[in-house]
Formats: sequence, C-alpha cells, structure tokens
Amino acid sequence: MKVSYYPGCSLHATGKEYDQSMKAVSRALGIELKEVEDWSCCGASSAHSTNFDLSIALSARNLIAAEKNAMDVMVPCAACFNRFKMAEHQLKANKELKSKIEGVVGAKYQGGIAIRNPIDIIYNEIGVDALAAKVAKQLAGLKPVSYYGCLLLRPPEVCEFENYENPYMLDKILGVLGADVRNWSYKTDCCGGSLAISKTKIVVGMVDKLMKAAKEAGANCVVTACPLCMANLDMRPSKKYKLPVFYFTELISLALGVEGAKDTFKSHIFDPQPLLRELKLI
Amino acid sequence: METFLEEVNKKIDGVPIQRCYHCRKCTAGCPVASHMEYNPNKVVKMIQNGKREEVLKSSTIWLCLSCETCITRCPNQVDIARMMDVLRQMAIESGAGAREKNVLKFHKAFLAGIKRGGRINEPMMMAEYKLTSGDLFSDVLMAPGMFLKGKLSLLSPRTKDMKSLKSIFEKTKSI
Ligand code: SF4
Ligand code: SF4
Repeated sequence: MKVSYYPGCSLHATGKEYDQSMKAVSRALGIELKEVEDWSCCGASSAHSTNFDLSIALSARNLIAAEKNAMDVMVPCAACFNRFKMAEHQLKANKELKSKIEGVVGAKYQGGIAIRNPIDIIYNEIGVDALAAKVAKQLAGLKPVSYYGCLLLRPPEVCEFENYENPYMLDKILGVLGADVRNWSYKTDCCGGSLAISKTKIVVGMVDKLMKAAKEAGANCVVTACPLCMANLDMRPSKKYKLPVFYFTELISLALGVEGAKDTFKSHIFDPQPLLRELKLI
Repeated sequence: METFLEEVNKKIDGVPIQRCYHCRKCTAGCPVASHMEYNPNKVVKMIQNGKREEVLKSSTIWLCLSCETCITRCPNQVDIARMMDVLRQMAIESGAGAREKNVLKFHKAFLAGIKRGGRINEPMMMAEYKLTSGDLFSDVLMAPGMFLKGKLSLLSPRTKDMKSLKSIFEKTKSI
C-alpha cells in the first residue's frame, strides 16, 4: 500500500529512532511512504493551550498539504496524530469554523483522506498473520508492557481508536513477534509529557509510578508509539525505576531481521543493549 | 452583561458545563488532581458561581496536562479538557497571565520556534525557554547526551513557505 507520511518535528530530533525504524518497517512490509510536501509543526499542546483557532489552522495547513497526495496520511507521532484528528473533527462538524480556518490558511480543506497511526495500519492493513509470517527472529525473553498513553486514544470519538480503555492492538503485534507481553493496568495512563519541561518535578512522580507498575507486572521493558512518552520514560524515571523503552517499530525491525535494526538502540538515553545482548537478540 | 458561565460555555461551543452533576469521575481519573489548587469539577462549580478572578488566576488551569481522561469518562460529556483550554486562553487575553509562569513561557518559546522555522528545532526552543524562564538547571544534564548521541542538531530543515505560517499567526492573533 501507499500512504502519505507526516513525520512531524519530534521524529527529526529526539524521536529520530522512531522515524528510522518506521521507514525500515514500512519497506519490509511493503508500505510505500511519500512525505507530505513542505509540512510544518502541528502546533502541539502549546497551540491548543493558548489559541484554539491557531491550533486548528496549524493542523489544517498540513492536512491540506497532505490532501495533494490524495492518499491516507500516516502520522507516527501520537501528539501530531491527536491534533490532526481533532482538527478534522472540528472542521467536519462546524461549517462556520471551516470557512474561517480556510480563510486563515488561504486554501480549501476537502476532508477526503483518512488520518492514520501506524499501529492501526500495521494491525488492520497488513494484519498480524502476515506480520507473523515475516518474523525471522522470535523476541524470546523480551517481556514488554505495551504503553499507549493518552494521545492515540482520547477523546475516543475524535481518535476513533479501538477499545480506548483497554486497547490491545499493540499487545497483539508484540505477541506475534515472540515477546511475552505482560498485562498491566496502566496502558492508557498519562505520562505527563506536556509538562515534562515546565513542571518536571510533578512529571518525574508520574513517570516513576508507571515504571514501578511495569516492573511489578514482571516487565523487562516498556513499548511505546509516542515520541513524547519515549523521551519522558527514557530520560526521567528515578534511577531505581529505570527500564529500557522501545518504539514498537524498533522491535518489529529487530524481529523481521531488517538490516541496521540494531542501529537505533545506541541513541537511547537508557541503553537497552545490555538487555538485548543478555537475551541474545543482538 | 454576559455571565462568566455564559462566556465559558460560548467559547467551549459544545455541551454546556452546567450539565455536570458532580459525580467527580473527572477528578478521580485526573492524573494531576492532587497537585491542583481546585479539582476539575470544583472549577465547574466556581464558574457557575461567577468566580472569574479565582479561576483565571488559579494554578489548576495551567497544571492540566490535556490528557483528556476527564472528557473520556464524564457521563454527561462535559468537556473539562476543552474548558481548561478556554480558561487558559481567557487568562491570557484578559491580561491575568499565568499563575504557573513557566508553563506559559514554555508555550511561548514553542510557538516562537514555529514562527521562526515552521518546525521546532528542539535545542533552539529549549534555549529560548531557559533564557526566558531562568529555569537554567532542569534537564540540563540530558542535553549534552542528546547531542553526543546525534539526536539533536542546531540546524534542522525548515518549512519553506514561511509566508503562509506568518499569515496564520497574524490572522489568529496568536501570542
Ligand atoms: S465527570 Fe462530568 S459530571 Fe462528573 S463531576 Fe466531572 S464534569 Fe461533572
Ligand atoms: S485533561 Fe486536564 S483536567 Fe482532564 S484529566 Fe487530564 S489533566 Fe485532568
């Protein structure tokens, strides 16, 4: 299949491993990516926290640019995904707002393409059976908890993600890679990402709580699909709660035996390589 | 004259907040309720009681993480997360500013980054935040690691059509 690709700012900086592994996994699974022409920032929480019209307009500019490719747009960053879905929701529900925002952006919004996150594309378009058939190396010994966070799921009528209080798509994907996915009750809890820099102390408490729960569930790593969760969970837990954190795409790459799959592990802040070596996965 | 409640409802432009029957489900699920001056459902009550000043000057509205747990679980579809956005915007527009100063300074640095290059360059944005907030020491240890690991660079590709972005910021009268 062919889709438009919106990397967003994080995937070019702190979330570089997500961009690299997303591209590698897409190649391996036959998903062709075409980057959105001259994209700009989605506005993230700073736009919607301070100016509603700005937040819709910044996302609309990108949706309009993506529409030029006339294909669904894949948005790996959970924060950008959330903002795009919200803009789509508002623009489709409110005609007055739509014409106002079109005036602000200086172009028409058609609303004809779907905004999709890669968990949904891999689970629903590729399918876990096809994915399982491509696994070259079972991730035996890896015991992840899957962490979905907030922005892929909420609000549910905007994000349209399955089972928003107890989602399972990511768990199923990790399961067919041969990982022993642990169950836990914190799949959809917030990590505090949006205040990580300005209210760090509060956020460290939130991150510690999550990592402690992951350990109690018997996990030896945490898996995410959000660059903000990654930065926060990789960097901020107190020493005694640290665990390796992976993007789900890094683990798919590793299991499929994609060339260079190991390369992204080096740039994690908390080094996951000792665990992977111990389990003879690298 | 419009009451505070009417004004907030108009801006939310959805379910009127007086539909809240104070079951406190929002507060029970809110990950930062224990750090807030007023719980999320208390803010609804305060708005109904016209406590404009107290609400707009509270830390609560700046500590909300926009995690959307409240609206997801509210049995009456009261959109507390959207209400918090509206209240922050009203606080800025009324000149009340932000009780949690660094939170607003972060947002300003972030938006300045978009105005500058269309996309966020994380080190530049962080430098701007640190200079304006004076919060020089938090996270300072992590930055060198990020540079060494080749994740961050002072130069990163920008959006070419900056004219369109400039116009978006002007037309929406953004801070
Ligand atoms: S969950 Fe809804 S009804 Fe219950 S207290 Fe919160 S806003 Fe009110
Ligand atoms: S969106 Fe804000 S008020 Fe609602 S649960 Fe999250 S942090 Fe609490």
